[in-house]
Amino acid sequence: MSKLASRLLGLGVSALAVAGLATTALAADPIKIGSVLSATGPAAFLGDPEKRTLEIYVERINAAGGVLGRPLELVLYDDGGDANKARTFATRLIEDDEVAAMVGGTTTGTTMAMMPVFEDASVPFISLAGAVEIIEPVREYVFKTPHTDRMACEKIFADIKARGFTKVGLISGTDGFGKSMRAQCMAVIGNFGIEVVADESYGPTDSDMTPQLTKVKNAAGVQAVVNPGFGQGPAIVTRNYAQLGIGLPLYQSHGVASKSFIELAGPAAEGVRLPSPALAVAEKLPDTDAQKPVVVEYKKLYEEKTGQPVSTFGGYAYDGLHLLVAAIQKADSAEPDAIRDALEATAGFVGTSGVFTMSPTDHMGLKVDSFRMLEIKDGDWTLVEVGG
Amino acid sequence: MTDTAATTPPARRTWSPRLVSLVFVTVVVAVLPLVFPSSYYLRVASLVWTSGLAVVGLNLLMGLAGQVSLGHAAFLGIGAYAVAVGPTHLGVPPIPSALAGIALSALVAWIVGKPIFRLKGYYLAVATLGFGLLLALVLTSESAWTGGPDGMPVERVELFGWRVTGALTWYWITGVALIIGVALALNLEASPTGRALRALHDSEVAASVVGVDAARLKLTAFVVAAVYAATAGALLALMNGFVTPDTASFMHSVEFVTMVVIGGMGSVVGALVGAAILVALPQALTVLQEYETAVLGLLIMVFMIFLRQGIVPGLVGLFRGMRR
Amino acid sequence: MAEFLQFAFSGLTVGAVYALVALGFTLIYNASDVVNFAQGDFVMIGGMSTVFLYATGVPLPLAAIIAILTAVIVGLLLHRLAIEPARGASPVTLIIITIGASMFIRGVAQIVFDKQFHQLPAFSGDRPIEILGATLLPQSLWVLGGGLAVFVALWLFLERTLVGKAVLATAANRLGARLVGINTAVILAIAFGVSAAIGALAGVLATPITLTRFDLGTIMTLKGFAAAMLGGMGSPLGAVVGGLLLGLIEAFGAGYISSVYKDGFSFIAILVVLFVMPRGLFGGRSVERV
Repeated sequence: MSKLASRLLGLGVSALAVAGLATTALAADPIKIGSVLSATGPAAFLGDPEKRTLEIYVERINAAGGVLGRPLELVLYDDGGDANKARTFATRLIEDDEVAAMVGGTTTGTTMAMMPVFEDASVPFISLAGAVEIIEPVREYVFKTPHTDRMACEKIFADIKARGFTKVGLISGTDGFGKSMRAQCMAVIGNFGIEVVADESYGPTDSDMTPQLTKVKNAAGVQAVVNPGFGQGPAIVTRNYAQLGIGLPLYQSHGVASKSFIELAGPAAEGVRLPSPALAVAEKLPDTDAQKPVVVEYKKLYEEKTGQPVSTFGGYAYDGLHLLVAAIQKADSAEPDAIRDALEATAGFVGTSGVFTMSPTDHMGLKVDSFRMLEIKDGDWTLVEVGG
Repeated sequence: MTDTAATTPPARRTWSPRLVSLVFVTVVVAVLPLVFPSSYYLRVASLVWTSGLAVVGLNLLMGLAGQVSLGHAAFLGIGAYAVAVGPTHLGVPPIPSALAGIALSALVAWIVGKPIFRLKGYYLAVATLGFGLLLALVLTSESAWTGGPDGMPVERVELFGWRVTGALTWYWITGVALIIGVALALNLEASPTGRALRALHDSEVAASVVGVDAARLKLTAFVVAAVYAATAGALLALMNGFVTPDTASFMHSVEFVTMVVIGGMGSVVGALVGAAILVALPQALTVLQEYETAVLGLLIMVFMIFLRQGIVPGLVGLFRGMRR
Repeated sequence: MAEFLQFAFSGLTVGAVYALVALGFTLIYNASDVVNFAQGDFVMIGGMSTVFLYATGVPLPLAAIIAILTAVIVGLLLHRLAIEPARGASPVTLIIITIGASMFIRGVAQIVFDKQFHQLPAFSGDRPIEILGATLLPQSLWVLGGGLAVFVALWLFLERTLVGKAVLATAANRLGARLVGINTAVILAIAFGVSAAIGALAGVLATPITLTRFDLGTIMTLKGFAAAMLGGMGSPLGAVVGGLLLGLIEAFGAGYISSVYKDGFSFIAILVVLFVMPRGLFGGRSVERV
């Protein structure tokens, strides 16, 4: 090698060494946050916004100086919707990556499979899934941010009752969310003086529900229809509903509280009502609403960074991450037990799904009133008063 | 002058390939914990052993007897749900539940197999597919018993008051189960039944001409494979503490078939290699994030194009070719 | 009566899509004995490509044509890069290759497209057509009409053109076909290309009704394969009848018996048919050569 070349090489190597030393000197010990999401697979349209939200905000928090002067490190795995894989990744997070806490678990199935791992290791786990059984019975280290499916039923039935209806038809998806929400609805429906006159179901990959809806349409005395489900099913149900000209009020679940549902269902979505976190109607909230600044800012940042419409599922991840960060700051420590205690003491935290106040007996922190009732008018969400 | 033609070389006791396979598997299982840095690796290995157990059974059906089954994960599901439903709904302790599950699996295989094996080729495949899907559907729908699409928790095993828990414990349990399974499978291969199965694979008509009872043999292979799968399923459920209907899904069945073919049909060690690849590789590929699925698909295609008899027979063939 | 008609319309529409996928299976199987587990992914490519092209402003008919061409290219590449190099391998190996290909296509699709659900506007409007108390979407007529057109075109191609006859010859006896000078490799490529086109067309026609997503391929492959088996593998008429029958059983099962076990009925029906007719409805008598 020529003398110049070897000189340059030597210079290059030393520069790299100095840079390496510099970065190691600058890098404070990061706080590791684990996440196992279903970014691919059947629940990908839930997991993907969650993943992007976590990545965007971890970067943002780090750019602003991190938490307690330390950067956050996001360790993220994709379980593809498979509970067995999720379980393996949970073990990996605890054993290999040694995370301080975890925000993840896109579906109830994956959450339930991972819960024992975090409970056994005494590491806080904030789940992003819907079923009420995640926090009932309360487990020491498991929390959750989305409203429960039971709350969704209660909100819908309150609206139905206020509008004077007493006979309701159900058509639910046979996926985990649809099934568990249906079970919750059946459990609470008696409290509202409402009767179920039709109970049909469809598979998550079905492309035509006209047979089931025909049966619902022909049920004696039916006055309104509720569709527990998520994904493409409710969009197809809504389209078939219009095709058959059923004409009765249709309620969807918060599983489809996103613009893409309106887009998929098309003009058939007119008049459909559903309970939703405030995020879906960010700009339409009155200025006095405590959530408005938070949801508007999240919506702007998410849409700017990803070029896709904001989704309430991403909002659950936002809530989970920020609840965790707030807890770390409050506890002034990144030790799992301290984080857990601080999470339980959360009070009045304003997130995208609502205002969270947790307690040793409530690891979810939201009440039914942070659910808003929305109706689709002219291809967009509008806020309605219950019974309005 | 020595008469070389008259003296035969002293009889040397050579190691049969089957014994080599068994020793190889035993050594691998015994040695790995010494090199693993954390219990996460033990868990992945335990998953490879349970999948491997199921695949060794499926290999007997596909590689030896030459019958394809696209619904094999259903038997895994039966074993897995037996240990979930037994303790929770029927008050039966986990180990008797597991045995009951394995017996049930064998019974179902026997009942379903009789009519199904009258079909051949792709028609057999689609019939097994239908059976698998029906079982998965029942597991998903009967939520009162099975917990529905989100699955249900599984009670921990307690042996004389001691809770069976911990990654290392399960590593040994699944490892030993695998070694026993491999030993039995190798034994079967060498037995008259095994030879009859192989004859069946090559030509069913010729085999029946020599007196092989084709229908009964195919059924035997199917039932044996079902027993292996149910055992694997029970172990998996007990290890995880949780079971979901995905265990019996069509995609899972396809995964098992892929493991058998990639590793090498007819080769017991091949079955293990296939299981190791499809269980451990996705873990290693997580660094690729979004590209994982595409890369995995590409690797499967490349393996099959260049080592078309499977990895183990392919490598053995290469090795033999090089020695010449 | 209205109810019966409604179920029938639903079943025929869905069944037509299954029939098209099954036709694709049959074509490739006939030319090469390969069961192509990536068949359903052509449907996905057709639908998703059209959606994304249309979203950038390309007029719908042009977007559909480009999408179908894309699928054809993918089909030809699949043949050239994955099937040809493995020529001579056992059928099971080839099936696993197509499974790997399906994974690869799905993996690429989720990066190139996205993971959300998508739809297309109906070709001739959304106003349902009322027939004897039941409603039918205009798009359903497109799907049924498209299916019929494809079937007729395929029949004409196979029976009336020289290339088509070469395909039939290759299917009947590959060695014999080569002996008379037919380039079987090219024939195989054509089979893959045409199959991909049929699948993509099904995707384009059906997306306004069924919606589409990057992993639609798996369920389409499953249903199409089952339909092809039901009708008798290798018989184009069987593929169409199998597909329509599958759709109808699903719809009537959901409507008259139970919507929970809807998918179960189709597979029970397939099992029953196979036990009585082990080669499917139109599969012909089984003859085993010794």
